[in-house]
Amino acid sequence: MSFLGKLSIEAVPYHEPIIMVTLAVVALLGVVIAMLITKHKQWGTLWFDWITSVDHKRLGIMYIVLAMIMLLRGFADAIMMRTQLAMATNGAPGYLPPEHYDQIFTAHGVIMIIFMAMPFMIGLMNIILPLQIGARDVAFPFLNNLSFWLTAGGAILVNVSLGLGEFAKTGWVAYPPLAGLEFSPGVGVDYYIWALQISGLGTLLTAVNFLVTVFKMRAPGMKLMQMPIFTWTCTWANILIAASFPILTAVLAMLTLDRYMDFHFFTNEAGGNSMMYINLFWAWGHPEVYILVLPAFGIFSEVISTFTAKRLFGYKSMVYASGAIAILGFIVWLHHFFTMGSSANVNAFFGIMTMVIAIPTGVKLFNWLFTMYRGRLVLSVPVLWTLGFMVTFTIGGMTGVLLAIPGADYVLHNSLFLIAHFHNTIIGGAVFGYLAGFAFWFPKAIGFKLDEKTGKAAFWCWQIGFLLAFMPLYVLGFLGMTRRLNHTNNPDWNIWLYIAAFGAFVIAIGIFFQLLQLFVSFKNKEKLNDTTGDPWNGHTLEWSTASPPQFYNFANIPHVKDIDAWTDMKERGESYQRPEKYTPIHMPKNTSAGVFMSMSFTLMGFALIWHIWWLAVVGLVAGIGVFIKRCYTSDVDYYVQVDEVERVEATHLSANTVGGRS
Amino acid sequence: MSTIASSNTVPMPNEHAHEEHHENNTVFGFWLYLMTDCLLFASFFATYAVLFMNTAGGVSGKDIFELNFVAVETAALLLSSITFGFAMICAHRQNKSGALTWLAVTWALGACFIGMEIYEFHHLIVHGNGPQQSAFLTAFFSLVGLHGLHVTAGLIWMTIMFIEVTRRGLGEQTVTRLSCLSLFWHFLDIVWICVFTVVYLMGAM
Amino acid sequence: MALHDAKLASNTDGHASSTHNSDDVHGDVKSYVIGFILSVVLTAIPFTLVMNGDLSKVTTIWSVVTLGLVQIWVHLKYFLHLNFVTEEGRANTFSFLFSALIIFMVVGLSVWIIYESNAMMMY
Repeated sequence: MSFLGKLSIEAVPYHEPIIMVTLAVVALLGVVIAMLITKHKQWGTLWFDWITSVDHKRLGIMYIVLAMIMLLRGFADAIMMRTQLAMATNGAPGYLPPEHYDQIFTAHGVIMIIFMAMPFMIGLMNIILPLQIGARDVAFPFLNNLSFWLTAGGAILVNVSLGLGEFAKTGWVAYPPLAGLEFSPGVGVDYYIWALQISGLGTLLTAVNFLVTVFKMRAPGMKLMQMPIFTWTCTWANILIAASFPILTAVLAMLTLDRYMDFHFFTNEAGGNSMMYINLFWAWGHPEVYILVLPAFGIFSEVISTFTAKRLFGYKSMVYASGAIAILGFIVWLHHFFTMGSSANVNAFFGIMTMVIAIPTGVKLFNWLFTMYRGRLVLSVPVLWTLGFMVTFTIGGMTGVLLAIPGADYVLHNSLFLIAHFHNTIIGGAVFGYLAGFAFWFPKAIGFKLDEKTGKAAFWCWQIGFLLAFMPLYVLGFLGMTRRLNHTNNPDWNIWLYIAAFGAFVIAIGIFFQLLQLFVSFKNKEKLNDTTGDPWNGHTLEWSTASPPQFYNFANIPHVKDIDAWTDMKERGESYQRPEKYTPIHMPKNTSAGVFMSMSFTLMGFALIWHIWWLAVVGLVAGIGVFIKRCYTSDVDYYVQVDEVERVEATHLSANTVGGRS
Repeated sequence: MSTIASSNTVPMPNEHAHEEHHENNTVFGFWLYLMTDCLLFASFFATYAVLFMNTAGGVSGKDIFELNFVAVETAALLLSSITFGFAMICAHRQNKSGALTWLAVTWALGACFIGMEIYEFHHLIVHGNGPQQSAFLTAFFSLVGLHGLHVTAGLIWMTIMFIEVTRRGLGEQTVTRLSCLSLFWHFLDIVWICVFTVVYLMGAM
Repeated sequence: MALHDAKLASNTDGHASSTHNSDDVHGDVKSYVIGFILSVVLTAIPFTLVMNGDLSKVTTIWSVVTLGLVQIWVHLKYFLHLNFVTEEGRANTFSFLFSALIIFMVVGLSVWIIYESNAMMMY
């Protein structure tokens, strides 16, 4: 074993033109961005105000930037797969050889779930949740920064695999024995393992952090059953993270031991049982789906109630339905592998449990409909996403109930019907939700509203593109096409594959409009400026702050008496009142410990992937060392003085008394 | 981000409560982390339960478990639980030397436990019963080893806390950290109850 | 035990002003000793049962498991001070009970799933 383990110049895929061009473009972009930062002398800002920031709002924005970048990467994978399948019909090979294509569909799944959807959800939660409960920050601000950088570390590893070595060719679930050493001897699965372990640790810490925040740091007067609905759904999601991510950690650790130390958890020989991997993987994987979608449900609830200017219908039932979904989400996982061939009793139990979940989900849908009923629904961009969701998700839900029938699943398992179903729920449920939340809370986080016209164009392209891309997959599923095919030779399938590829390009136009929207909005930010902090006449406490919020969130912590605390304050004339006096505010200081710790662990992961053992030890020791040093640093907080608070607050208050709203 | 000193010296009454809040948060947060750790162990227990019969023609639990040995291990860990309890009582009473003494005793008992476990593992491996031999041994080594790793981490943490108490005394932050370690230590004892019940006792039957 | 609980309840009043240096919330020597003695007994019995092998296998398994569960409860109560009285105690207890529920479901169902599939494979 050499000094650099398995790593050598051969690891760079220079014979693959597609990858090399991609790398060149990425490198070029990197250089351009670096030059722009240098030109505008922003390195200091970047480091001191963002990278080392412990402010939940800035971390949230960084999460969403990460999610956006990874969305582009994951979507590039998607469009490559669709074009490959549209080209590789009638026995043609297409342009992506199988070993490359297999990496693409694996990377697409991993990136979209772990590095796009999760950071997007956690980003929105970071920005909004502490504001909604009237807290100044999360319970452990440093840990929050660390969590972000661990997530970013995992994302870095996935992307490094593009230029050094390979990514897993196993599908995003990495089932052994295929993912075992015997059939995947390369570094691909190791990239997968360590990227997921490192980012998974970050996610777990986030969940613990936000659970403590929600249970211990609510504004005085706010009972649990008065928390805004988005906070509630995030809390359920966090409970699910805390309960399910350790299972992923465990099962990946077992796979690691199999691969690195010749253990026999999931091998074919010596009594290993690969079914246990599938079982544990989905014991995490199914709750993970609800982790993604529950906060989206919360966003839809906030959007609907805000844009109908009504109270959310059935708040309590919404909370309980979310709880029921969370708990039931833990006893349905076998429906991902009905065909494993457990007994009829087992399949029946999990099939029925799966169908039962449709009930609380239905409760939610009716709650939204009843909220809209007799309301004056403003058809803004967030509302469009919500309505699009309600239609799309209902289709996805119904196909889900079909798949929940074990007998039907035996026919449809691993067919494109399944692919259509889960994209229907994850795009139509989670992603539409995050995009609704993005448009809804963008003015709060950044300070100006998003351009409506381009936003609507983006929505329609997404919605129509989605239907064009995925409805054909239902048909293809019925026609017998299975997932993860590299090329096909069945003329009946061609037309549907062409339509699906066309749909993917329509979605691409939608993404283009979203980027254009950001650009146009930035150009017109004077006109779209939100001076009030409450552009939609919102219901909850985040709208009581300025846009973007004061860095300490609340000069004086509000007293909460109602679910819609801000509406309540506005109605009772308590909004925008200057308090008698301000007191100094205790705030955490920024720290570089999180980024250094995470980069050490990422380095350790990289070293383990390439079997560079000494470097792995260096990374581990450095990471723990930074942590211990941080524990014995006493200079971690400071007080914001009254005069500064007064200055900041005066700006916000004057905007709301002079500026037209009194 | 400028001067802070003035307000630090004259804390407002409500700020004191604020600080207190933070210490509570730490312990509660750590407890939630322990709950996630429970799930980690649970996954390994489930895997052990699934794999323990798959001996691949090799040894089974009945052949390799020495209950006398395990009883001594258990005694060491159980004793360390109560000695840590005494250390915490001393810590809350601001009895620095008492806390340090009991911490040292706890550390020694924990080290005994780990020493015995390493001996057991080593003994098995040199007799050709390493974790690579069968799925049963894989699951056994991983589950018991995971607990051992936690105990080792606890010992390292205890060493650091020993130094912290020696140098800084029993300030509020230090006591909070000791409380977290105490939760960790007692939690590991509970995991051990499950280990000796499920792995050793039921395996040796 | 009632006495102990009463002390816990009274302690919450003075909580905000004092630091945590009262024994009540964190257990006193007596509660640790009670817990320890109970644990020793609850450990000794199952070890003896298995080492002597007097009872039938099924009875032994059930006794060992029951005694293990009782001992977990003893540790939770006397060493980890879980309770339903103080606010912190309640939060900790409920989060523990929730985890226990999830563990019960995940472990129980996993074992059921794999054993049934083994049976289907006549394995």
